[in-house]
Amino acid sequence: MMTKSAKNRIWLASGAAALLGLGLVAGPALAQRDPAYAAARSSGQVGEKMDGYLGVVGTGNAQLRAMVDDINIRRRAVYAEQAQAKGATLEEYAFTAGCLAISRTEPGEMYVAYSTGQWTARTGSSPDRDPRCP
Amino acid sequence: MRNVNLTTPALRAHKPSGTGSNMGTKSGRAIVMGAVLLGPILLSGCIKLEAPTEPIVIELNINITQEVIYRLAEDAGNTLDENADIF
Repeated sequence: MMTKSAKNRIWLASGAAALLGLGLVAGPALAQRDPAYAAARSSGQVGEKMDGYLGVVGTGNAQLRAMVDDINIRRRAVYAEQAQAKGATLEEYAFTAGCLAISRTEPGEMYVAYSTGQWTARTGSSPDRDPRCP
Repeated sequence: MRNVNLTTPALRAHKPSGTGSNMGTKSGRAIVMGAVLLGPILLSGCIKLEAPTEPIVIELNINITQEVIYRLAEDAGNTLDENADIF
């Protein structure tokens, strides 16, 4: 015979599993890039700027610009929240994130190089970043 | 005084189009010409969105100190990890 608390635990566990299965609970598994975004990155149509935001490389098209705008609005919201929590300005936080986002680009992805200010493809070696970057 | 005020906006509209010969004409005609020329200028302005934005951003970033960046780096790294869909 099971105790009452053991029964409760089983009930709670199965309930949580069911919710996760339905996708109703944001689990620790983190959302990945949208396939369109991932494709635009790897093809060099979009890239990381020094200010912490995504940019369209070249003229692009309306669809691409809309996608970049959407991502940047979401980035800005995250930056603003975190900057406030850390007692920093939005620009300071965004710039720091930009340093890291450029570091994390994969070879072939685009970023704005510090010394030229131009879109540059990431190579195997470390990127050309602002000297203040960590 | 009034003529100067009226022609000033018209002169600015003329300048980018490269027709400087209309400078100093009667204000009424200048306004009509200005309106005619302003249309294409406003339309062509829509295409050139990207170029002016970047230098401005870089100038703002000059005020950010390395000390602040180092203080925020760890937290920003976590932010990138936790929002992997938008980074």
